[in-house]
Amino acid sequence: MASIAELTPKETPTWCPGCGDFTILSSLKNAIAEAGLKPEETVIASGIGCGSKAPHYVKTYGFESLHGRGIPAATGAKLANHKLNVLVVAGDGDTYGIGCNHFMHTMRRNLNMTFVIQDNAIYGLTKGQTSPTSQQGFKSNSTPTGVLEEPVNPVRWAIIAGATYVARGYAMDINHLKELIVGALKHNGMSVVDVLQPCVTYNKVNTAPWYNERVYHIKDHNVKDKEAAMKLADNEWGDKIPIGLFYHEKDKPTYEEGIPQIAKQPLKDHDISNVDISKLLLKYK
Amino acid sequence: MSRIVNKFSWKVGGAAGDGILNAGLQMFAKTCLRGGLQVFATAEYPSLIRGGHNNLDVHVCAEPVHSHTKDTNLLVAFNKETIDKHKHELTEGAGVIFDGDNVKVEENEFDKKVRLYPVPLLKLANENGGKVMRNTVALGATMALLDFDMTIFNQVVSDNFLKKKGQGIVDSNIKAAKAGFDYIKSTQKEEFGWKLEKQERENNLFMSGNEAIAAGAIKGGCKFYSAYPMTPASSVMINLAAQERNFGIVVKHTEDELAAVNMAVGAAFAGVRSATGTSGGGFCLMAEGFGLANMSETPIVMVEAMRPGPGSGMATHTSQGDLRFLMHVSTDEAPRIIIAPGDIEECFFRTIDAFNLAEKYQMPVIILTDKFLAESYATAVEYDVSNVKIERGKLMTDAEAAKETDYRRYRITEDGISPRAIPSQKGAIHVASSYEHDEHGNECEDEDNRVAMHDKRFRKLDNADKDIDRPKTYGDGDLNILSWGSTKGPVLEAQKLLEKDGIKTKFTHVVFMSPFPTKEMTDLAKDPNLIIVENNKTALFAGMIREHTGLEIERKVLRYDGRGFAPEDIHKGVKEILNGKKEVVFSRHGITRSE
Repeated sequence: MASIAELTPKETPTWCPGCGDFTILSSLKNAIAEAGLKPEETVIASGIGCGSKAPHYVKTYGFESLHGRGIPAATGAKLANHKLNVLVVAGDGDTYGIGCNHFMHTMRRNLNMTFVIQDNAIYGLTKGQTSPTSQQGFKSNSTPTGVLEEPVNPVRWAIIAGATYVARGYAMDINHLKELIVGALKHNGMSVVDVLQPCVTYNKVNTAPWYNERVYHIKDHNVKDKEAAMKLADNEWGDKIPIGLFYHEKDKPTYEEGIPQIAKQPLKDHDISNVDISKLLLKYK
Repeated sequence: MSRIVNKFSWKVGGAAGDGILNAGLQMFAKTCLRGGLQVFATAEYPSLIRGGHNNLDVHVCAEPVHSHTKDTNLLVAFNKETIDKHKHELTEGAGVIFDGDNVKVEENEFDKKVRLYPVPLLKLANENGGKVMRNTVALGATMALLDFDMTIFNQVVSDNFLKKKGQGIVDSNIKAAKAGFDYIKSTQKEEFGWKLEKQERENNLFMSGNEAIAAGAIKGGCKFYSAYPMTPASSVMINLAAQERNFGIVVKHTEDELAAVNMAVGAAFAGVRSATGTSGGGFCLMAEGFGLANMSETPIVMVEAMRPGPGSGMATHTSQGDLRFLMHVSTDEAPRIIIAPGDIEECFFRTIDAFNLAEKYQMPVIILTDKFLAESYATAVEYDVSNVKIERGKLMTDAEAAKETDYRRYRITEDGISPRAIPSQKGAIHVASSYEHDEHGNECEDEDNRVAMHDKRFRKLDNADKDIDRPKTYGDGDLNILSWGSTKGPVLEAQKLLEKDGIKTKFTHVVFMSPFPTKEMTDLAKDPNLIIVENNKTALFAGMIREHTGLEIERKVLRYDGRGFAPEDIHKGVKEILNGKKEVVFSRHGITRSE
């Protein structure tokens, strides 16, 4: 187990003062420490965006891939060495926009990975465009007259697509968020934590005060009840926004468990120095 | 007239779904293989499941054979369309096997003297197990005309069906073949002009380009293959998937090509040899992932089996049209190794090379084939793998990584290659990034760092250039012929035809397209009589030679109708050029443009 100091590299974040990415990073590092993950056995993959710079600020292995492609890169790493703790950290545009196809298919695979989405309902790094989670009517430089589409409901999407641990956190509720991420890391299967996050520079609607007035901790909810989880995700968004664990399915087999080729040892440790293909060639004789 | 022995071209044609490809490849061609004969087989089929016209060419010789031929000595026609489409390919005295009960054919329909063999294929099939046996009846008839050994055929049938379908199906097939055989023997009036005879067996293998690539990947230590189906690359995935549990490989059929390439990159980052494969359309989607592999210096192998485009093009046909695309694919400038094997054996060994080179130079390596190579079958001497080495380059051991005190994943080195650590190794924790980065992997937009890193990445290519095989030459003569990739076989066969006309040729074949063989191409392109052969419209490789050497190749033999060259095309094209033409273009109808 690593201390917070051991998980903190020399690099300092380049985010705007007050950005939710700082508190998410803090929760993430605390969760990694608390869950007891070894830094060298942990990979954080990300996409492209402000928050996707996170791998540079946690002293574990990191892979900063392409916009939308953190998930497949992480999947490849997990299948190559399923002993690794693999996390994906990416934004809402990255996840629900350009990488949506990967998001949906990865949920149904139920790999033992953890996905933390920094969801600020805006494209920050490209200077303030509407995102898939921006509220209907939201005005930005790419939608000056307001978004016409209804926003993505990440919790609903994750549950429908097959994720087995689905939570919503809030960036400014650091300890609560840390607990959700710890739960995600300990869960054996695909875990998703969508994190509501203010963007102090570009999102003037979903600000910290706006969230502070609305978020409440989920209580008296059966996390095993998929239907109840969906209802909670569907019905409550507006004056009241529930945060916490929505859905938790414990015993679904993981993708890795369905692959006998890696039951004994990870692919990475297979001996490739002299593969005997003579039996294979019999087919062609 | 004496019979021609062990030099024979067979064609079978019918509707898609008739099972003719399988019968021709798994039964007829394999019988020839086991009889010690050399075989090349290539099929043409449309992009649909049932109906449409399928045909398979099987060229059988005593000596090594590198290509199909335009000539057909025996045509097995399951419908009239097959006869109408291919009758102009029949040689003098050729035979046509067809179902006389269902198809009416007259001798005067042909422009040459041919022998018609109306065999009641359907009737005999129905008497011996049902309609599906039509192929087997026709094969029996073929064997009878050729006087080839039925014991080998029966053994092939048994090997083909016993495990999968049981003794009953084996017996029905043997009976059906005998019915076809006996029908010919009892009705034949004169000997068929061609004959196959057993000979000492030198060849052990009969496989397609994609099968050889899959086998090479397994031998080369590939542990992870992620792909999305796209003809004509899919069978690499299918062949690997069939073996994944036997060899401890994970094959992932992904949601799209974006996932395919990015999963392969992620797997390679985590330390396994990984690959992906697709055709041109899928590679368009992989372009950014290719750049990611390049920038993050992650070793992956990417198979690209070309088909005609642009857009969806012609799925089941061939082209060498993606060369320029792959030479430049990715944003900005990115070094790459591109290998274009010329035959089945090169598909196998060059795939092993690809995995070694990817790890040695920490960059994506492309294996560039096309439908003609990927899905053509040929006999080969069993691969001698005793010299195969798995070279993992500067991949650090756990102990080496543990000693690091200031590990820099992208350390600037003389050869441009940095020691590579992988997750799970203590002491070498780092971030790999698709952004420009400093030696540690941290994002960096500093000008001097950018120049140093861009130079470093290109230095790897300079070093790879010293490591790769040079273009090979075949034959000797005053007339130089140049080609690359899959056109190798037809050119080798064309050399034989030219030699018969007294024209001796020296053929240079390029496999490593990048790093570009500038020196060899400069020497060659200085020859004003050099003829280049390419399966595209604008002679893409000739354009690259001009770019790298400043020399123009004026004499070109081209084909871009979606079909591969027949040796006869190249033979004729070279002769046209010797008669003063500069650019000769072929299609199924022969020369379509000559100027």
